Parts: sequence; structure tokens; C-alpha cells
Amino acid sequence: MAGSKAPARPLSPHMQIYRWPLPMLMSILHRITGGGLYVGTLLVAWWLIATASGPNAYATFGNFINSWIGQLILFGYTWALTHHMLGGIRHLIWDTGRGFSPSEREWLSLATAVGSIGLTVLLWVVSYLLMGGAQ
Amino acid sequence: MTEHRTPLARVRGLGSAKSGTEHFWHQRLTAVANVPLTIAFVLIVVSLLGRNHAAAQQILGSPLVAIVILLFIGSVTYHMRIGMQVIIEDYVHDEVPKLALIMLNTFFTVAVGLASAYAIFKLSLGV
Repeated sequence: MAGSKAPARPLSPHMQIYRWPLPMLMSILHRITGGGLYVGTLLVAWWLIATASGPNAYATFGNFINSWIGQLILFGYTWALTHHMLGGIRHLIWDTGRGFSPSEREWLSLATAVGSIGLTVLLWVVSYLLMGGAQ
Repeated sequence: MTEHRTPLARVRGLGSAKSGTEHFWHQRLTAVANVPLTIAFVLIVVSLLGRNHAAAQQILGSPLVAIVILLFIGSVTYHMRIGMQVIIEDYVHDEVPKLALIMLNTFFTVAVGLASAYAIFKLSLGV
């Protein structure tokens, strides 16, 4: 061994080597959506303060939230909220020690993804129908 | 393995961080509370879509809606605070920026929570 060059061993695999399994993707999305909601709570505060402040502030908020950028942010907030909620429920199930087998992990992660997108679309369709009915 | 902890430390069960599993537990406690509160909050928001100021003011200020939103704001901002603290502790390792961010985190979540709560009180009590 003495004097021989160390063979070029592979380094331990890191993120760029893995094909991201679904639970891994859901895990980081849980943190990202949590961070998004953290900032998004400013919208909730703005909405409440604007309503408490009077018609002008309420109209200003309304103009923003009904603009295309406002709607885009609100759509993202809706998805982050449903995703973080379903992901949170998945974590609570895991906290009880259940749902850890490979098929269950996969199923729970898929349910988080499909459920959050489904709930988001459902909420927006219902909202647009309600808005259409009100006008 | 020799047990180095004193009997008192073992009974307290707080570990070297001196706060035991309180952080973990509060994260779960608020998470469980957030589920029904968030569903209620979303329903309130949907019911307010397209309403004018007077209607929004009246609905948000009505007792049941106001109480639900206050509970939602309290549970959510507390959950935000401990969640963001974990993120900060995971990624920021230098002591000074870490402490600064943890302080900012508390300022932000308390400010957002109290500002929202103030708005609800103002809507409810009409001051």
C-alpha cells in the first residue's frame, strides 16, 4: 500500500446523484410551502387591517388582490396552504409510528401532491362560480 | 454505559438544551389546531369573496367569525415562529446571524399576529 496512489473512490452520493423519490420532494416542498406561508401571512394581516381601516384601504387591497399578480400570489398561497396542511397531516400520521412502509410512504406522498393540487383547483373553481353568481 | 446525569436531571427530562421536547410538542399542538382553524378560515374567506367593505366589516366583526380568526391567527403565527426557527437553526450556523434572525423571526411573527388581532378587535368592537 505504501506509496501507491489512492484509487479514485466515488464520493458519497449527494443530492445531484439521486433521482428524487416522491417523499423526498414532498419533504422539501413542505418546508418551502411553510416558508411561503410565513411571508403570505402578511396578505392575511393586510386584508384584516385594510378592512378595519375603512373603504379606501379595503379598495386598495381589493385592487391588488384582483390584479393578475395578486391573483397569482393568492393562487400560490392557496396551493401552499393546502399542500402544507396535507403534508402536516401526513407528518402527524407518521408521528404515531404508522405509514412508514415503502408503499405507504409513496401513497401518502402522492396523496399530498394530488390532494393539494385537487383542493386548490376545487377552491378556485368554486370561488369563481360564486363570484360569477354574485355579479 | 455509566449514567452521568443526576437523578434530578433524569426526572426533569429536559436534556442538554434545557427545554426538552417542548418545541417539538408545541409544533404538533399548533399543527393539530391549525387544521380545523385553517379550514374555517378558508370558508370565511370564500364566503367574503366579492363583498363590499360594509359587508366584509360586518361579517369579520361578528363574534363567531372574529373568534375563529383570532384563534387562527394565534395558532398560525406561533406555528410560524417555531417552524421558521427550525429552518434558521438548520441553515445558519454562525452564532451572531443566527441569533439575529431568531430575534427577527420573533419580532415578525409577533407583529403580524398582534396587528391582525388588533384589526379583528377594531372590527368587532368598532373603536
